[in-house]
Amino acid sequence: MTMATPSKSTVTSGMTSDNRHPAAEISRRIFRPRKIRREDVVGWLFVLPALIMYTVFVIVPFISTIQYSFFKWNGVSPATWVGLRNYANIFQVPNLIGTVINAFWLVVWFSVIPVGLGLIVASVIHRVATGRLGTISRTVLFLPQVIPLVAAGIIWGWLLALPGLINQSLKAFGLGALTRAWLGDFDTALPAVGMVGIWVLLGFCIVLLLTGMTKVDPSLYESARLDGAGWFTEFTAVTVPLLRYEIGVCLTVTVVAALAAFDIIWVTTAGGPGSSTSVPGVQIYILGFTQRAIGPASALAVMLMALVVLVIIPIQYLTKEKKQ
Amino acid sequence: MKVARGELWAGRTLLLVLMAFTILPFISIFMTALHPSGTVPGGFEWPANPQWINFLTAWNQAEMPKLLASSLFIVLAVVPAALVISTMAGYAIGLLKIPGARVLLFLFVFGLTLPFSGIIIPIYFLERALGIYNTRLAIVLPLIALYMPFAVFWMRAHFVNMPAEISEAARVDGATIWDLFWQIHVPLARPPIASLGILMAIWTWNQFLLCLVLVEDPTQRTMAGALGAFQGHYANDVPLLCAGTILILVPTLIVFILFQRQIISALLQGSIKG
Repeated sequence: MTMATPSKSTVTSGMTSDNRHPAAEISRRIFRPRKIRREDVVGWLFVLPALIMYTVFVIVPFISTIQYSFFKWNGVSPATWVGLRNYANIFQVPNLIGTVINAFWLVVWFSVIPVGLGLIVASVIHRVATGRLGTISRTVLFLPQVIPLVAAGIIWGWLLALPGLINQSLKAFGLGALTRAWLGDFDTALPAVGMVGIWVLLGFCIVLLLTGMTKVDPSLYESARLDGAGWFTEFTAVTVPLLRYEIGVCLTVTVVAALAAFDIIWVTTAGGPGSSTSVPGVQIYILGFTQRAIGPASALAVMLMALVVLVIIPIQYLTKEKKQ
Repeated sequence: MKVARGELWAGRTLLLVLMAFTILPFISIFMTALHPSGTVPGGFEWPANPQWINFLTAWNQAEMPKLLASSLFIVLAVVPAALVISTMAGYAIGLLKIPGARVLLFLFVFGLTLPFSGIIIPIYFLERALGIYNTRLAIVLPLIALYMPFAVFWMRAHFVNMPAEISEAARVDGATIWDLFWQIHVPLARPPIASLGILMAIWTWNQFLLCLVLVEDPTQRTMAGALGAFQGHYANDVPLLCAGTILILVPTLIVFILFQRQIISALLQGSIKG
């Protein structure tokens, strides 16, 4: 408030400049000709703390990851430039490209099944669960979403162990021949990890889709039912088309959870047996922090970040466009 | 609602089966936690002689009071700071519409789907250089930054819908932008700020990767990070591991049951807007 201005200028931002106001003296001091500039400067000061934090701890590390990915470096001695060799390596080493393939398998377990099953279950529940049962089920089904993924991993690590609940139930149903250490078997480890994902994400999808269904005009369901539509017709004709947006949200959240998975896998299998459940997140950790191979780890990190964006964009595009 | 009786019962049964699928794992670890320490019980057996002492043992061995204090410290350091700076940024981008607002928004949105594991290696080297590696700050500072894309995006979505007249009326009365922000816009933004706070508190409490990489001492980590360390120690003592897991879950469960409506709606809105 130091600069004195000779006269009140016309305010450009479409503001009603009320000069007759008793506080005209004050307004004159605020609505100076340089007002816009000053406001912009203050506005930038408002953004600055967030921008600085974001730049230092996200943008700069992001650029560093790309930079590291062109070098051979153990984190201590000087780095040597290797060009694209770290990337070529990903495609040549089965263990590395395998993590990307596993990540896509996880998408089936973490994303396709919870969203598909979630849609079916939500549409059934929507027709029958009203009142108390509906409220209680919402809370219960949401529970796995708020606990740490590490805890979910530990719980399921025990359920899927040899003496655990899964094998015990199989025996109880006379299927003792099927029992095994699910997480320790090359053939079943990935689906077993996938089960944990279903447990964590199914309830979230159901609750989110149910919330979407309550927003659909009830008269649509009403008229479908008056026309004698059963569950299946109602599902394909009303629910799925009108829930495109919610389905897109579920897919986005679960696909990111699958591709960027770390906690659950680290706690249950740490990528094993062999590398049968290894995903990029786990492999980045192992390469970077136990093998000190910063270059390959960073190349894989860049791949992972690109992959997430490449998969998310079409989902966003498809589900948002058609909503209108 | 005209729904056939058979369908009604089929639907309810499905719902109950799903609820059982969700709950049974918790019951299983609870029963396992009551078996004698060091034994390998079945997955679903009530022990002949429940060992409630396991919870006390786990409480002491996991240094629960320290863990709780450490987690609370981290949440209280992250959430208010992240709320203040993201609300200010969202206000400037969404309501003041400063020059460059679109570029800034794009810059923040770019980070929305960024996996933490993608940038964890440079963060590690950065923190070594800054000398904050293996302190709680090593978790606090990157977490605040990593929440910025979502938080700024979220707060901007609120401010962009606020009518400009609100600030203009007050500006005539001689309020500065700073006053306007704190006296008018922050109080009006209370609901989205509260939801954002809930979300960030849960994410912080459950954060694992940053703890694993950036802090070696479990008692300087969050609950989830400490649980990972606890698992390493007690991999062979299933009852004790289950008891420890339950202890670590209890605070989350209590908070969830108390604030279930707010938490569920915050998480749903969070994913819809994100």
